[in-house]
Amino acid sequence: MTATDQGQVPPQHVPLGRTRSSADKWFRRILALSGASVLIVLATMLISTGIDAWPVFRHEGLSFITGSTWDPGTSRTEITGEYGALAFIIGTLVTSGIALFIAVPLAVGTALYLTNVAGRRVRNPLTYAIELLAAVPSVVYGLWGLLFFVPVVLRPAMDFIAGTLGTFIPFLAAPVVTYNYFAAGVVLSIMVLPIITAVTREVMSKTPDSEIAAAYGLGATRWEMLKFIVLPRARPGIIGATMLGLGRALGETIAVAMLIGGSKQIPDSIFLGGQSMAGIIAITFQEAAPENVKALIGVGVLLFVITVIVNMIARGIVAATGGRVIGDASV
Amino acid sequence: MSLLTERQPADQLRPLRERNPNASRRNRRNLVATGMMALAVILALIPIVLIVVQVVIRGIGAMNWEFLTSTQIFSQRSEGGGYLNGLFGTLYMVLIASLVAVPLGIAAATFVVEYKDSRLAPYIQFFTDVMTGVPSIFIGLYIYALLVQGGIGFSIGFSTLAGGLALSLLMIPIVARTSEEVLRLVPDDLRNAGYGLGARRWQVVTQIVLPTARSGLITGSMLAIGRAAGETAPLLLTALGAFTIVPQLINAPQAALPLIIYNEARGPFEAAQARAWAGALELMLLVLVITIAARTLSGRSEMQH
Repeated sequence: MTATDQGQVPPQHVPLGRTRSSADKWFRRILALSGASVLIVLATMLISTGIDAWPVFRHEGLSFITGSTWDPGTSRTEITGEYGALAFIIGTLVTSGIALFIAVPLAVGTALYLTNVAGRRVRNPLTYAIELLAAVPSVVYGLWGLLFFVPVVLRPAMDFIAGTLGTFIPFLAAPVVTYNYFAAGVVLSIMVLPIITAVTREVMSKTPDSEIAAAYGLGATRWEMLKFIVLPRARPGIIGATMLGLGRALGETIAVAMLIGGSKQIPDSIFLGGQSMAGIIAITFQEAAPENVKALIGVGVLLFVITVIVNMIARGIVAATGGRVIGDASV
Repeated sequence: MSLLTERQPADQLRPLRERNPNASRRNRRNLVATGMMALAVILALIPIVLIVVQVVIRGIGAMNWEFLTSTQIFSQRSEGGGYLNGLFGTLYMVLIASLVAVPLGIAAATFVVEYKDSRLAPYIQFFTDVMTGVPSIFIGLYIYALLVQGGIGFSIGFSTLAGGLALSLLMIPIVARTSEEVLRLVPDDLRNAGYGLGARRWQVVTQIVLPTARSGLITGSMLAIGRAAGETAPLLLTALGAFTIVPQLINAPQAALPLIIYNEARGPFEAAQARAWAGALELMLLVLVITIAARTLSGRSEMQH
């Protein structure tokens, strides 16, 4: 900055000090305000929805989270129904859990393959194809799952699992309905796969070449090198990536709403229908009476708080590994 | 080291030419592990193939000139009609969202990168990251509580503007994050050259930094636009849906492609489901065109550097 003060600039090109510095000041203020708008939006998000949902929180108290009866009233002004969101909380957690259970091993395997095994020629097209999964709109996942994947591909697999493992593991037991926790969880796993893969790949690519060379120099096979060098270093990053995927899975709405079955009960098995937090909002919002809308906004507030906490922890873990979550699939 | 200092028992010594007895087991493990990794890749690739094939085959089967050029019919039972109202609504709301989100997102990113010294910058950076994780349905609830219902003091009803603003809130963090990555790539030498010529900070930013990062900024914005075009959940609570082409900005519910697909796919009627596949093809092509445009532009920018 001092360079400009010392420069031999013709006087007519130098507006008087006050004009120039105030232009700079205003420029900075405009940019700061744009940035701060993100903070303002996030703050007002919680406040405005919190105010709307307050009567329901006050009426239900802790049973909003622990109660499993969801029986909306039709009043315009009072809270007359019973709002216990436990079934939806469980639906969200179980489907997200199933999604991570499937997606994390796949993502880690894929990331290992892409960073350490695949040749340059196949690496880019493969990466591109997997990132393409992130570009598919969630309503297309829903449509595809509803009319093709779940009834045609997944249904036989679910019947098989229920008939074999289900005979001695209670939560895998028959009967099987077509649209259920498991169906929603499997499609959800496809949706979170690209973000977990992208972040894991990013962390793995940071392994120092010297350590890889050292491992090979000691005579390690490729798998031993991955197991003793790459995986231990990438572990915190994989945990962070998993948390990010969890954040995505918890908040996913349309595909889950279309595939989870739509029952308000808490099912005994993952092959029975249920409902998720985001799903109950999407499905019932348009026909809801004012007091029911307040309750649905309350469910939204709960979901928001959970996902924001999960995301902050995830970003923190990934940041602590020295990386930052980057790339198209990560936003 | 120990090999040099201590003598090994004779039965553990072996000529270098002889194979280590562990070698075949270790090789087998390596092979199995490599196979598992390849299997993971294949399993990860199956869904994208299945999705693309199904959407293209079933979509083309139901796609025709009438579908592309006419608006929705009222009955899900009967065949005919198209999603023109949805395409119009999607483009309309995405346009509004872009007009808000692209300048705001780029400005926020510029502040974070160019004014690192500011106390505000790290907070903005962190909370943009957090905002990328806010569930899209919650953004819909927020706009509903604030603007549709009138929590702010006035109401704009279910409308194009409400839908557009909801989409813009989804886009801002994406635009900001991608722009930030690009702006960091602009070399400091360029900035210093600007200062050396006597430029002020705002001149350096607007005339050197932003033009240098231009193609990257466009790419990030296109990525965000592609995401916004495919969003359904927030529109359920803000745009609501409509059967006709709606030019009004406020107080009139607006249609969107994802909303119509969602509604028609859930029903039991085959005619509606066939239209939903065609709609999905239309939506995927729209998103694909935007994504490819983004990739192409970013590819070009890499060649420039």
